Amino acid sequence: MDARPALAGGHRGFAPPTEESMQAVAAAPGKSAASVRDDILGRMPVTNPAYVAAVVSCSAVVAWAFFAWGYQVVGGFGHTGVRRPTYWGFYIVNFVFWIGISHAGTLISAILRLTGANWRKPVTRAAEAITVFCLMIGGMFPLIHIGRVWLFYWMIPYPNERLLWPNFRSPLFWDLTAILTYLCGSLIYLYLPLIPDLAELARRSTGAKRRLYLLLSLGWTGSDRQWQALERAMKLMSLVILAIAVSVHSVVAYDFSMSVVPTWHNTIFAPYFVVGAIFSGIAALVLVMAVLRKLMRLEDYLREIHFVNLGKLLVLMSLVWLYFTFSEHLTTWYGNLPGEIQVFNVREHGLYGFLFWTMIACNFAVPFVLVGISRLRSIFTIALSSAAVLLGMWIERFLIVVPSLSTPYLPAAWGDYAPSWVELSITAGTFAAMALLYLLFVKAFPIIAIWEYDDGVSAR
Amino acid sequence: MADTTTNPVEEDAQSVPQWAMAIDLDRCTGCEACVLACSSENNIPTAGPEQAAKGRSKQWIRIDRYYEGEFPDITVKYRPVLCQQCDEAPCEPVCPVFATYQNAEGLNVQIYNRCIGTRYCANNCPYTVRFFNWFAPEWEDPLDLQLNPDVSIRPAGVVEKCTFCAHRIKRAKLDAEAEDRELADGDVQPACVQSCPAEAMVFGDKSDPDSRVSKMIASGRSEQLLSELGTKPRVFYLSKAD
Repeated sequence: MDARPALAGGHRGFAPPTEESMQAVAAAPGKSAASVRDDILGRMPVTNPAYVAAVVSCSAVVAWAFFAWGYQVVGGFGHTGVRRPTYWGFYIVNFVFWIGISHAGTLISAILRLTGANWRKPVTRAAEAITVFCLMIGGMFPLIHIGRVWLFYWMIPYPNERLLWPNFRSPLFWDLTAILTYLCGSLIYLYLPLIPDLAELARRSTGAKRRLYLLLSLGWTGSDRQWQALERAMKLMSLVILAIAVSVHSVVAYDFSMSVVPTWHNTIFAPYFVVGAIFSGIAALVLVMAVLRKLMRLEDYLREIHFVNLGKLLVLMSLVWLYFTFSEHLTTWYGNLPGEIQVFNVREHGLYGFLFWTMIACNFAVPFVLVGISRLRSIFTIALSSAAVLLGMWIERFLIVVPSLSTPYLPAAWGDYAPSWVELSITAGTFAAMALLYLLFVKAFPIIAIWEYDDGVSAR
Repeated sequence: MADTTTNPVEEDAQSVPQWAMAIDLDRCTGCEACVLACSSENNIPTAGPEQAAKGRSKQWIRIDRYYEGEFPDITVKYRPVLCQQCDEAPCEPVCPVFATYQNAEGLNVQIYNRCIGTRYCANNCPYTVRFFNWFAPEWEDPLDLQLNPDVSIRPAGVVEKCTFCAHRIKRAKLDAEAEDRELADGDVQPACVQSCPAEAMVFGDKSDPDSRVSKMIASGRSEQLLSELGTKPRVFYLSKAD
């Protein structure tokens, strides 16, 4: 491990490092590569009462959510608040929301890796972990959502005794394909750059832990050939994962836009959803980083420049998102089609109207003021804006799913929707699940990719 | 298994009946006898007041009421709305498990056993005539003794809808076969058609130009609901031209 070949020590991006980017990764001046390694590994949480309390309380909420799901499966789907004509509710909102956040990993990691943005290095792994966990959580929702979950495998194409394939024309089938592909791809993408760190961890541990890390590190010795293979694999996976990520959220959008439901049947949805996904993904990443920075005392590594750079991206995506939102609403309003204008009017008034303007405030006004104005810009305000954006993007998905369904073509069939305790519990459970997965992850694996970090720090 | 490569409707249009319904809105009094007849014919359980208030009641056929004018000078218009058995049904392609398709006689068939309950079909129906089974069906004693043995009970978690009384079509075919004769116009009467006191509803084979339903469709007073969506419904509404 210590005798790293020249290639590994060299710069790993396409673009040459700039003054700023080098400064961004040079964490604490004077720290050697070895001390950075010790430092990061030393910050992995120990099993103290606070950690145990956090794990236990998150687990309790998750367990409660599983109880609620069981209650729904055994007692009947009627225990949710879903009703005619709003046949889709919180579950689909959550599904789109979590799949959206999963884009954090893709964007930060793949785009920044490909463009050689050096400042990304301390944040890539935190981002990639978000992707995997969000997909695991988001991928649960189609299962929670369907009426007969015990038959979900009927959607999977395999030769079977029923002599039936799934319906390849259904957007829901495309969705299943896209999400499983994305989950596999992002797991590989998280795992590949973990391998050198796993070998380092194996070197430092004993007993069962050592055997586990050794097994996971796939015989990594740090040879020149291995570094080259890893380099090639990472470049390839960055490209692949980027294409998959764009397609995944397009397909999630097709779930809606392939229908004839007023305002869903819309050509703008695929790019709109991709933009919204990247937008909320950045927000999630900033928030996770802010929390990690405080809890794991990573101030030396996750520094203001990382937050500022991500904050600028956040404002940029906020403007792009606003442009799409404006375009969508303008065409609906101007077109004035009977089915669509009903939904439009419902969305602008009453509770939905309040939510609409809250969404605009959260997604545009807050980041634009707090991050856009440089005097107000700080780690705290960027994190605050990110929290607002997450709330705003959740509302956006709600406003896409629910008002369109509750206002179908024939006014005689209109109906409202409110979630029940089952949906609220499961929604709360997913946020707890995210926290829990993260707590376990940072305990088992270094949250900062040590070897990537070494690259930037050590001027060998 | 549903053959998706060719349209079975077009292929067999000459050989099998093409079921359709005509509803004369000028005759409909909004009495809801059809609603009641449908519920008892098709084993549709009542939801109870609490669930019904939540929008959980099931009516395979419902009467939409539209009011015109200000009180007290109000005109009410009624429109019975049931599954329109569309030729280009939006509910069909979105189902990931082929639980719904159009058969050769033009019926949109719902296969309860196959349904996993994604409810996409119910969302994508512009007429909102698809219903979800929120709970396992229950009937209070002695209502459980009046169930129709020809119609299956739908389990919790699946979508259901009007079948054009497919079981009555089958019965009429079997009767005709037993009596060694062709199926005649009027042999098949869905429960709603049979029970309509104003005789506002007519059911039959629209591929037969002499059937009553064909004549009503050709009367010049007929139109289809939300025809601008291109769903090609098989339910035709007749009303005087305004």
